Order: sequence, then structure tokens, then C-alpha cells
Amino acid sequence: MSAVPTPSAGDAGGVVDPAAALRFQNVSMVFPDGTKALDDVSFEVRRGEFVTIVGPSGCGKSTVLRIASGLLRGATGHYSLADSNIGYVFQDATLLPWRTVQKNVELFAELHGLDRSERDRRAAEAIELVGLKGFERSYPRRLSGGMRMRASLARSLVLNPKLFFFDEPFGALDEITREKLNEELLRLFVHENFAALFITHSIYEAVFLSTRVLVMSSRPGRLVAEFEVPFPYPRADDLRFDPHFAELSGKVSHALREAHS
Amino acid sequence: MTTTMGPGAELEIRDKLQKAAPAGRATMKERLGPIGVFVGFIGLWYLISAWAIEAVFNKPKFLVPPPHEVIQDSFFGTAKIRNEMFKGVLLSAEVAFLGLLIAIVIGMALAVLMSRARWIEKSLFPYAVALQAVPILAFVPLIGSFLGFNFTARVFVCIVISLFPIIANTLFGLLSAEAGQHDLFTLHGAGKLKRLLKLQLPAALPSIFTGFRISAGLSVIGAVVGDFFFRQGEAGIGRLIDVYRARNDNPQMYGAVILAALLGIVVFWLFGQLSRVAVGRWHEVTGQS
Ligand SMILES: Nc1ncnc2c1ncn2[C@@H]1O[C@H](COP(=O)(O)OP(=O)(O)OP(=O)(O)O)[C@@H](O)[C@H]1O
Ligand SMILES: [Mg+2]
Repeated sequence: MSAVPTPSAGDAGGVVDPAAALRFQNVSMVFPDGTKALDDVSFEVRRGEFVTIVGPSGCGKSTVLRIASGLLRGATGHYSLADSNIGYVFQDATLLPWRTVQKNVELFAELHGLDRSERDRRAAEAIELVGLKGFERSYPRRLSGGMRMRASLARSLVLNPKLFFFDEPFGALDEITREKLNEELLRLFVHENFAALFITHSIYEAVFLSTRVLVMSSRPGRLVAEFEVPFPYPRADDLRFDPHFAELSGKVSHALREAHS
Repeated sequence: MTTTMGPGAELEIRDKLQKAAPAGRATMKERLGPIGVFVGFIGLWYLISAWAIEAVFNKPKFLVPPPHEVIQDSFFGTAKIRNEMFKGVLLSAEVAFLGLLIAIVIGMALAVLMSRARWIEKSLFPYAVALQAVPILAFVPLIGSFLGFNFTARVFVCIVISLFPIIANTLFGLLSAEAGQHDLFTLHGAGKLKRLLKLQLPAALPSIFTGFRISAGLSVIGAVVGDFFFRQGEAGIGRLIDVYRARNDNPQMYGAVILAALLGIVVFWLFGQLSRVAVGRWHEVTGQS
């Protein structure tokens, strides 16, 4: 995708690693009111990687995404995106209530001036991918929380970004819906081969989805631990009952407890 | 993909919940209530007209003619009276609609302007509030000396009286788009115009229509009241009320009052329907139809 404007690329820092989809080097953020949200954060998300950040409430996780996406300016340090075309899924589905599912999914294509037939095609494909076929003409208020999130996912898929930001997208859903959407997200991840930076409060969700889990400390957020998740993709539902899964989850949980103090 | 079963089930449950709650309670009582009140009102009217006006209020009987006499004399009496009333209510409707239309154009333009920057809002909004707070009748002589005492002046009153709700509701609506929705547009580099057309205006529609509805009612009031003061040219329904009163044609006066009230109700209802058509599919339109 080239028809996409460049969000603030930060101080696009020196070394360009062709394998990195996103790179943070010594990024700190102090809000105008003096709140220090991030302290010297460095990490990268390589192409095809699924990285998840877990951390206490208010530690600065959303801030990381907002800086990376260009929504929030004023951070110090270096950060850069390989491609400005990103997908961004928020905790709230943020659908536009006056648009049908179809029209909501088309939104970004519309904002970038793609023509009608192209928009239709892409939206239909994305709607199919998230399993919302048949609901194209429904308005958001008629959809359940899970379906709204599916629509939000479809919307972010429409421009085929190669890097996705997920800010607790399933946090407001019930457990079963969440697990189901986790599995479908992984299916998309394998199928579409994007890189992802995901945020959650659920350790199980983090371990189930990710290739790597980062643990962030209480504010000001610093990265304090990192775990590789070795399980190969595609990951099946019953991975959740694997003893290795439990062991790794235990370790992450422990690190998170320490991060809280 | 074969997951349609999942979301389908979710939708069904939601549907059931929605049906179960409010629709099931639209009972006989709710239906008959308003009719009962109406019947009670007519009864009270007869009571006053036949008895209380003399016995309690110590006034001559002809002051409150009974309902059937009002209907008979006003709407089924002489052709002259019928014509007069019909023309009057039409003229008042015209004044009200024209005033409302102009107020909508000016009000929405001002609201869009104010939504562009905080300092513009700060500069203009206080005057919009002042417009609302000023008793328009105090300006009757002033308006008269500039615009005369005819059609134009009456329309002007309607504009002034209906402007504020349109400004306030449109502005409120334009600023009501959520931060998260704005973020979407920011992420995709949308400029101010795209943001206005594809986000702020659609988000504002429900509240814009609320403004229309309030202002429509006010505009009718403006047209009727303006009639009392700007008495040149053809007579609107407001002036007829006054004329009949002066002539002691009480049944006709009551008839004209009823017409004025009906005009207000019809206009209010019309804008309710309009808003239902415009945003009803995606927005819960509150208030009665
Ligand atoms: N605009 C702002 N001005 C001042 N402080 C802010 C601003 N935005 C966020 N903060 C503060 O920065 C800190 C980090 O916020 P952030 O939203 O990134 O946390 P988070 O880790 O995403 O939290 P949660 O898990 O609750 O979503 C919080 O303490 C928050 O109160
Ligand atoms: Mg957050």
C-alpha cells in the first residue's frame, strides 16, 4: 500500500534494520502536565513477529502504541516504522454508528480515495475473513460486542497493513468470545503474515498469541522482562492445557507481579 | 470461513433481549391513557362552560363556549370565517417555516464555524446565548422601525426566536464525536473537511434534528405572537385570535386558538418523523412520534 500518508516517523533513528517492522530506541515520554509515562523504552518488532506487552494498569502501554502510530507526539528518543500503513485496533470497536458494517469496513479505503469497486472488493474480503458475512448491512447498534470487534478487525484489515497495533481489543468481551477471537486472530496472523504489537492484561492471552511477551513496570513504564514463546504456529485451542504453556504463563505472571511493586 | 454461526447466535440473543424488554409492556393502559386524558379535558371544558364559568368564576357564560359550538362556528360555519381561518393558519405556517429555514441555514453555518476553533466558539457563543435570553418583545418597536410591521418583521421574529437551539444543538453534535473516532481519522491523515463531512456532521445528526424540532415549535410560537404585534398585511392566525376576541366572537376565537395549537403540534410531529427517517436506522430516536 502506498496511498497512505506518513504518520510522524519520530526521529527516524539511524540504523535501518530491514527485518524490523517497528523499532523503539530509548524512548521516553513526559506529558505536558509532568506525568512521566515512559522511561527509556527500547524494543523492536520484527516482520512476522507477534509481540505482546503486559503490564500494570496505567503503566504506559497504550502510550507506546500511540507514539508508534503517530497519534501522540512529543516523545524523546528514536522510533521508526518500516511502513506507515498500519492497522490499529482499539479496545472500543469505535465503529461509526451511522454506517453499516460494510460502510464501516470501507472507511479507511474511502479516506484514502480508493474507488468504489476496489473498496467493495476489499471490504467484502475482510468481512469474509472475520466471519461477518451476512451482516454487511447491519448497523453497529444491532451487533453484539464480539461482532463489533470483528467488524473493527475487518476495518483494520482493509488496507492490508503489514504491522498491526492491538490495544486490549478483547478486554471487554466474555471469556469464550475472547478465546474464540484469539484463535481467529491467530488464523489471520498466519494467513496474512503481518507483524503485531498487542496489549493485554491477560497473561494467557499474551502467551497463547505471541512469539514474544514483554513485561512493563508500573509508571513510568520500563520494559523489565522478556519471554520467548516457543510454540509453533498454527496454535490449537488445546495449547492452553499444555503443561509448557502453564509453566511459561507462570513465569510471566511472576514477572508481572514483580513489575507491579 | 464458517464462523457465521457464532455471530448469528449472538445477534439472535440480542434481538430477543430487545424484544423482550420494552415492546412487551406496551399495554392497554399506555394506549388508553392519552385518550382518557383527552376525554377528561373535553369534560372539564363542558363543565366550565356549562356551570363553573358562572357559578365559580362569576363571568358571563358566552366567554367559554362549549366545544361543539366552537367546532361548529369555526370550522363548519360561514365560508368567510372558514376561509379567513384557513388562510390565516397557512400564512402563519409560511412565516414559521420560512423563519425556521433561514434560522437553520444561519444557525448551522455559525455552529460549523464555531466548531472550527475554540477561540471562534468563545467569541460567538456568548452572543448566541444573549440572543436567547433577550426578550424579543422588547424589540418590537425596533424591529418595526427597521423592517416594517408586515411579513418580513414576523419572519424576523421567527428567525431570532428559533436560532439558538439550532446553534447550540448543532455545535454540541459536532463536538460529540468520540476521541477514538477522531483517532481513526487522524491515523489515516484525514483533513478538516473530510473530518467534518464524514465524522462530525453525521455524528451530529441526532442532535441537529433535536434542535430542528425545538426550533420548529418556537418558530410557530414566534409566528403567532409576532402576529399580535406586526399587524399590517394579511392576517395570520395570531391576529385572527385577537380580532375575534375584540369582536367578542368567542367560539371563533377558541377555534383560532385550536388551529394555532394544531399548527404547533403538526410541525413538532413532522420534525419528529423527519428525524426518525433521517437517523432512526442507527440511532434510538427518543420522544413520542
Ligand atoms: N494526555 C495525558 N496527559 C497526562 N497524562 C496522561 C495522558 N495520557 C495518559 N496519561 C497518563 O500516562 C499513564 C500511561 O497511560 P496509558 O494509557 O499508556 O496506560 P496503559 O498502560 O495503557 O493503562 P491501561 O492498562 O489502564 O490501559 C497513565 O498514568 C495516564 O494517566
Ligand atoms: Mg491502555
